[in-house]
Amino acid sequence: MIGLNHYLILSGVLFAIGTAGVFVRRNLITVLLSIEIMLNAVNLTFVAVGRYRGNVDGQIITFFVMTVAAAEAAVGLALVISLFRHRETLNPDAFTSLKW
Amino acid sequence: MDVAVFYIFGAIAILSSLFVVAQGNPMHSVMLLITSFGALAGLYVLLDAPFTAVTQIIIYAGAIMVLFLFVVMLLNIPREDPVPPSASALLGPTGMRLGVLLSVVLGVEVVWAMTRMDGGGFSEGPSATSVSSVAGIGGELFTRHAFAFEATSILILVAMVGAVVLARKEQP
Repeated sequence: MIGLNHYLILSGVLFAIGTAGVFVRRNLITVLLSIEIMLNAVNLTFVAVGRYRGNVDGQIITFFVMTVAAAEAAVGLALVISLFRHRETLNPDAFTSLKW
Repeated sequence: MDVAVFYIFGAIAILSSLFVVAQGNPMHSVMLLITSFGALAGLYVLLDAPFTAVTQIIIYAGAIMVLFLFVVMLLNIPREDPVPPSASALLGPTGMRLGVLLSVVLGVEVVWAMTRMDGGGFSEGPSATSVSSVAGIGGELFTRHAFAFEATSILILVAMVGAVVLARKEQP
């Protein structure tokens, strides 16, 4: 029988994968994708706990998280484009100066 | 039936997320992430949340990933830069190994904590119909959470204006 624990473990594993991606990758786009993985792991937790408690609050907060993720992706990708125009690279280690 | 579907979708989600992080081509990463989101939508259906499953497909796999795809194609960088030999300890391979170690520790910790919890079955809880109705979600969203809903629309407007300002070419 699949219970709440199974979903929480799955979302914990997904969150750890996303964290590893943020630490390991040297490409700003893949770092943003890893952040999306982490957001999705949290969404899965919300929906599973909402199902466990028997109300729709989990799904409603998932809706808001998706909206914020869309806004974050739009602004993040605009920043990536702007950075790439200045430095011709996507390596986050290249952006170490505060001003250019 | 439920058990098999859960393990199949869970395995697809974990494997494709792993490959998103593990392989080097951003294009393939975006495609694999769409697969992962599809598997998560299947899990939402299994959790009696069809509205969230459809939203996941339309917003995440449809809108956000298309945005990522456009940027990947626009910038046209198939490979990431190699690590420069002069990188400091925190940026070099040692620091990366530390990061992987940290996230493995995080994952093991979460799994250990969850397996120590007891029960958690859905069968003895409230019935599925109380969470699966779209009318119920809409009612809650537009009465109790109406302010958050309106604040979200302001947030999207701000994000839109910010993205246009940031990505615009500067006039000479």
